[in-house]
Amino acid sequence: MELRNATRSRVKDSYVATATHLLTEKEAHAHPEPEAVVVRFAGDSGDGMQLTGGQFTLSTALAGNDLATFPDFPAEIRAPQGTTFGVSAFQINFGSCSIETAGDQPDVLIAMNPAALKVNVDQLRDGGLIIADEGEFTPRNLTKAGYEANPLEDGSLARWQLVHFNISQLTLDAVKPFGLGNKEALRCKNMWTLGLALWMFDRDREPIVQWLRTKFAKAPELAEANIAALNAGHAYGETVEMGAPFKQHHIAPAPAEPGLYRTVTGAEALALGLVAGSQLAGLQMFFGSYPITPASPLLHHLARLKEYGIVTFQAEDEIAAICAAIGASYAGQLGVTSSSGPGIALKTEALGLAVMTELPLVVVNSQRGGPSTGLPTKTEQSDLYQAIYGRNADSPLPVIAARSPADAFDCAIEACRIATRYMTPVMLLTDGYIANAAEPWKVPDMSGYEPFPVQFHDTPPAEGEGVMPYARDCDLARPWIRPGTPGLEHRIGGIEKQPGTGNIDYSPQAHAEMTRIRAAKVAKVAESIPDQDVCLGEPSGELAVVGWGSTFGPIHQAVRRCRNRGLDVSHIHVRHIWPLPGNLGELLRGYRRVIVPEMNSGQFKTVLRDQYLVDARPLTKVSGHPFRIAEIEAAIEEALA
Amino acid sequence: MNEMTTVTTAKDWASDQEVRWCPGCGDYAVLKAVQRTMPDLGVAREKTVFVSGIGCSSRFPYYMASYGFHTIHGRAPAFATGIKLANPELDVWIITGDGDALSIGGNHTMHVLRRNLDCQILLFNNEIYGLTKGQYSPTSRVGTRSPSTPFGSVDRPVTPCMFALGSGARFVARGIDVHKNLPDVLKAAHAHKGASFVEIYQNCIVYNDEVFASFTDRGVAAEKQLWLKAGEKMLFAGGAKGLALDTEKLMLKIVEGDDPAVLVHDPQNKGIAAMLIEMPPEFPMALGVIYEDPRPTFETAVIEQNRSAAEGKAPDLQALVSRGQSWQVTKEPREL
Repeated sequence: MELRNATRSRVKDSYVATATHLLTEKEAHAHPEPEAVVVRFAGDSGDGMQLTGGQFTLSTALAGNDLATFPDFPAEIRAPQGTTFGVSAFQINFGSCSIETAGDQPDVLIAMNPAALKVNVDQLRDGGLIIADEGEFTPRNLTKAGYEANPLEDGSLARWQLVHFNISQLTLDAVKPFGLGNKEALRCKNMWTLGLALWMFDRDREPIVQWLRTKFAKAPELAEANIAALNAGHAYGETVEMGAPFKQHHIAPAPAEPGLYRTVTGAEALALGLVAGSQLAGLQMFFGSYPITPASPLLHHLARLKEYGIVTFQAEDEIAAICAAIGASYAGQLGVTSSSGPGIALKTEALGLAVMTELPLVVVNSQRGGPSTGLPTKTEQSDLYQAIYGRNADSPLPVIAARSPADAFDCAIEACRIATRYMTPVMLLTDGYIANAAEPWKVPDMSGYEPFPVQFHDTPPAEGEGVMPYARDCDLARPWIRPGTPGLEHRIGGIEKQPGTGNIDYSPQAHAEMTRIRAAKVAKVAESIPDQDVCLGEPSGELAVVGWGSTFGPIHQAVRRCRNRGLDVSHIHVRHIWPLPGNLGELLRGYRRVIVPEMNSGQFKTVLRDQYLVDARPLTKVSGHPFRIAEIEAAIEEALA
Repeated sequence: MNEMTTVTTAKDWASDQEVRWCPGCGDYAVLKAVQRTMPDLGVAREKTVFVSGIGCSSRFPYYMASYGFHTIHGRAPAFATGIKLANPELDVWIITGDGDALSIGGNHTMHVLRRNLDCQILLFNNEIYGLTKGQYSPTSRVGTRSPSTPFGSVDRPVTPCMFALGSGARFVARGIDVHKNLPDVLKAAHAHKGASFVEIYQNCIVYNDEVFASFTDRGVAAEKQLWLKAGEKMLFAGGAKGLALDTEKLMLKIVEGDDPAVLVHDPQNKGIAAMLIEMPPEFPMALGVIYEDPRPTFETAVIEQNRSAAEGKAPDLQALVSRGQSWQVTKEPREL
């Protein structure tokens, strides 16, 4: 019972932890227009935009703003320079209020070349600011981007405020003393731009300077050149008078619960959560994985944490990765594997074996746009059916979904808890957006987490009695017997078995009974998860907006805005996708209407309809980009019209 | 592995499960040979794990009174890798067949060999798919007529031991299901630290009977079987014939047994090993330990790297989650 309470309180807590600050109703009214800015850095994939964005994020977090980011990069490692499909962008939304999405429309677009301008400018809000590197707006680059005339000169950008200067040349001038080649010198352009952005938002340069010195420890001249570029960009902002649009902004720190904060990406939070989960279970972790976008960062993070008893295994393929993880679980470690949709598809047969042999396993799916190779670097939530139903035969397993980078930490712990307590594979869903995005995270107090130590079965049967590897405890879980335990030698496998003994048994009775038990065991997970709550609004009323996964941010903000306008709408966010919380059906029936926004063609909507016979309506988006708050607001208004 | 030897009998290694192979199947002979060999290895049942894929031979673990894991088609080496990395104390045996190891699981066989995981891989080669009722396999000879190749197969077979050698195996051996030398081959495989690859010619009495008769028949055995022993001359036909190196053509040739040119078997000679594996039909079949040249094992390297990387670092979860660039918020949330 204590464990249940602990889990429950964590879920509550994580509200605070996911965003630096959770706005109260009162506060939302007091600040109808919270001060927040959305900045989008866009350039060629070789321009270092992700790095620039990452460092800007760090300095913003250090300045005490709440923030959310959206890295948006091409699938190609180095697409041909200057082309529209080679554009890489990084968007950050930050402010003195609670930030839960990367922002609908940028207020500021920094375009490092014509292609970056072309791809991103339409998303800029009317009247927003464009800062362009005119040095890159050469006839050749304009042609590559598909411009017939130079947009910096032909008045076509009149909807926005435009400033342009020759960042390339200014950078070359700034790094001249360091004697770099032209190409290397131009690589410092991103730091020049970052320096300018730091000036615009009154940010401290020192952490970036330190970071550059560490990064280029082996090439001090590169460190100094980059620092010079950074300082030059900053000084440019300070000294050049560009007129009204180009001014320094000061964004006050966001109010936050007292405590220690850090920024965290979903992949980092997942890695930390898995380490914490295995430690709370008292187990060593075995992580088998095969590189795939956007799941690989998890492997990279875990590979460095050897002192936590983690073995990472880069397998020859997705199948070997999961099979080795199952083998490790069989031998008494916590097996974990991770991939994205296409890789999960390859793991499917082995997942069935984990269901059949009832071994603990955590499977992380960082979803991307599909089918097939689809959109490897874009985000989607379209593997929900795959997670719940995507195996041959009746092979149920628990599914949980993280809603934000920080939430991935608690979800990973929860996945480890369910896997070991119920002896079952667990699917943990995140997505490309969560994996790559960063947000401030209130560092959790680990002593607040209740351990869930695993008990291996090691008592040999009484004389004359056989080993019972498929006996059941009160949760219907079978005993976990490690090879190496004397007197408990037994054989398991994928063939249907007799209840209790686990001996091969194809009989109709055995199959019917084992199928029933496997399903009942997974259904029982619902008894140890919190009841579904309403995260914003009333527990009944006109309209519930039901979400899962990374749509949390935009749904939450949209519901809040609508409630501030007096609309009767509530936000329900579901973490436990399978089994669903026991009270969810009843809760949903308390609303006249239910809409389910998701980044797929309506998968969770179908699950809810099937499970509860409620008239859940879909709001779908499959563009590879997260929902905009306004899109959900419009759907709420329409539903209530 | 446990240094202490454990006393067991062949009977101790037989599980209580009814063996369900076809009567007369070569698998029975291999099972008996393994059960007879285990006591000689001095290993404990609880420290032994038999891991298999799918196919007739893959039922094997159910019949051993050790730990056993009957997994999915072709993937036994991957499961074995996870098991051995999780607990290097375990003695891991992989039981597989020609379809399991070389068709659907060819990739995993290659990688378990190149990584050199400490385990024994027993590949039961019967040159046919038995469990699915007789289709040709990747080791079936050209022209094999089967339900899926009614006019004869057209694709050339793979030679399992060449595949193993090419994948970087450090121990390659061959045996025959019913031959009395099989236990010696198994013992050598077990003694080798690393991935030991053993191809066992196994007769499928139902779908491919007598396919190995050209060298297993009692009448031709002496003439057609060359049992290799390290440090001993490569002799067959009761010592009347031997193998020597044709230095002009750089290939093996058959010479009289008393010819001083008869080669002495050096298992570390990979070039000769390759020639022994792929001798033409007029030559005998090379059997026993063909190649053995130990190298450090995968799990040892992984454990050593983990140990040295963790050296001097104490696991501290609170410190770990607090790592990176962080900041302290001291003020209470603003009052409104």
